[in-house]
Amino acid sequence: MRHFLRRLIILLLTLWTTVTINFLIPRLMPGNPAEAMLAKFHGKGPMSPQALHSIEVMLGISSEGLLKQYSQYWVNVFHFNFGVSYTYFPYSVRHMIAQTLPWTLVLVGVTTVISFVVGTLLGILSAWRQGKIFSDMAITSLFTFTSSFPYFWFALLCAFFLSYVLNWFPLSGGNAGNMTPSLNFNFLASAAYHSILPALTILVSSIGGWQLGMRNNMLTALSEDYVTLAKARGLSEMRIALTYAARNAILPNMTGFAMSLGFIVGGSVLTELVFGYPGMGNLLYVAVQNEDFPLMQGIFLIIVICVVVANLAADIVNVFIDPRVRRAGE
Amino acid sequence: MNAFRASLIPFWRNRVARLGTIILCLFILMAIVAPWISPYSPQDSNFSEMLSPTLAHPLGTTQDGHDVLSQLIYGTRVSLLVGFVAGLGTTLLSLLIGLLAGYMPGVVDEVLSYVTNVFLVLPALPLMIVLAAYAPVKGEYLIVIVIIVTSWSWGARVLRAQVTTLRTRDYVVAARFSGDGVMRIMFKEIFPNMMSLVAASFLGAAISAILGEAGLEFLGLGDPNINSWGTMLYWAQNSGAMLQGQWAWLAAPGLCIALLGTALVLMNFAVDELANPRLRRN
Repeated sequence: MRHFLRRLIILLLTLWTTVTINFLIPRLMPGNPAEAMLAKFHGKGPMSPQALHSIEVMLGISSEGLLKQYSQYWVNVFHFNFGVSYTYFPYSVRHMIAQTLPWTLVLVGVTTVISFVVGTLLGILSAWRQGKIFSDMAITSLFTFTSSFPYFWFALLCAFFLSYVLNWFPLSGGNAGNMTPSLNFNFLASAAYHSILPALTILVSSIGGWQLGMRNNMLTALSEDYVTLAKARGLSEMRIALTYAARNAILPNMTGFAMSLGFIVGGSVLTELVFGYPGMGNLLYVAVQNEDFPLMQGIFLIIVICVVVANLAADIVNVFIDPRVRRAGE
Repeated sequence: MNAFRASLIPFWRNRVARLGTIILCLFILMAIVAPWISPYSPQDSNFSEMLSPTLAHPLGTTQDGHDVLSQLIYGTRVSLLVGFVAGLGTTLLSLLIGLLAGYMPGVVDEVLSYVTNVFLVLPALPLMIVLAAYAPVKGEYLIVIVIIVTSWSWGARVLRAQVTTLRTRDYVVAARFSGDGVMRIMFKEIFPNMMSLVAASFLGAAISAILGEAGLEFLGLGDPNINSWGTMLYWAQNSGAMLQGQWAWLAAPGLCIALLGTALVLMNFAVDELANPRLRRN
């Protein structure tokens, strides 16, 4: 429990620091991006005083003292009030994020789970059959390669060969152009069809990490004394691999998985950009392209908050699955 | 010089690492002899635009009439240099923080570990993008700085853990009792004993630096007028290379990045085996 409390305090502090960093970045940067931003807004049309004020608070253009700005900033953060988007004027940043988030949650969420499950199983397999041509050497070298290549490039090649040349998949977008998002079959089918290539790209780029990590943990676990003892007792290979070695080796991967859930919200910037997928990553890119600082700030804050919460979840998971962590705290 | 030679031996003895070393050396060679092997100048834009691969232009030409192969060969220079410098900077920063935090328990350790944890949690690519977007001057220096700021934390944590186990060893205690200063102990006694870990974190940092550089340049956050693999992909994407059927222009720069990354991963196998004998195959 003490361990958990300590972690909780550290993570709350982390959350505080990251939000504060987010508060400071636009204020510390040389030049004044915020004022230029505000000038651009004037050309866009009339804006309510409240909207104007929340942008000023987010970006740090204010005659008020820094402390006053800071407390205002926190109030806005708690209300998810990040002001008005410059690019999508007059929509608010919150509105844009709410519209975009479901796309990313489904695409990146599903691929993260698949990637973790498949990668971990393959890691168990290749460590258990270490040195075998197919189940270890081929798989491990393949993933060594995929984990070190630029995945947006793989996405470009997929888009080129599978969509442009062969015409098997749509080239970009999240659904067929004439549809409005709703929960009917046609729309869902179209969305699923459009997400195949982005999902494939994310899977190819992320399975490797799980596989290589699991393989390393497994190899370490397989050389422990209790595994040798289990072998001496004549237990079946399968049982040793799964209930003796893998059960212990999976702990770091489980922690990693809980943490990676936090990254889902950020989407996959480069993949979404290549396929023009209407997710958070693409929204962040659009914000950067248009120097839409309110939108950028909002997205980054949401990402950071989710990541910190996921880290907390990882700690809780750890306390439950790893007795050593429990005992260390007592 | 002998110690330097000795530290290179593992990269050659391990067969997998040897392949990586050879690929890396080929790229370095390509960067050095670029003016002699490149068919044209990378700035020469007097060719027809968007040519498909032919004998005269093995990888075709760009939307401005540059020769893609020449750009690719010259691009090796910037990509290697930025990757190397950013990787080195990242490693130095993690080493400094890791050594200080590990060797000085108490307030220094608590503060540095806390900062490290904060940076570990921050998502790297979005942070890179946000930092690069706010910066008034875009370019390769910015990319190097952004990569260093966002990626030192992992190495620092690993190195700190190693230092905390080393600092109570007899020879370190002996050095302290004989009156050696903190700096001397850190760099003369502790540092040489974690060389393999430092080498591993350098290779890891260089890989993520090369991928990070390519990603940032592809997003247009670098200097698009500089000739590197990442900016080649940026231009290929933004001038519709795909819809013009320019597959070679799309494929070649990414393949080079992938090969370079793989080479470094392969070299890491040698370091891994040094650090963790259990991974050694009998």
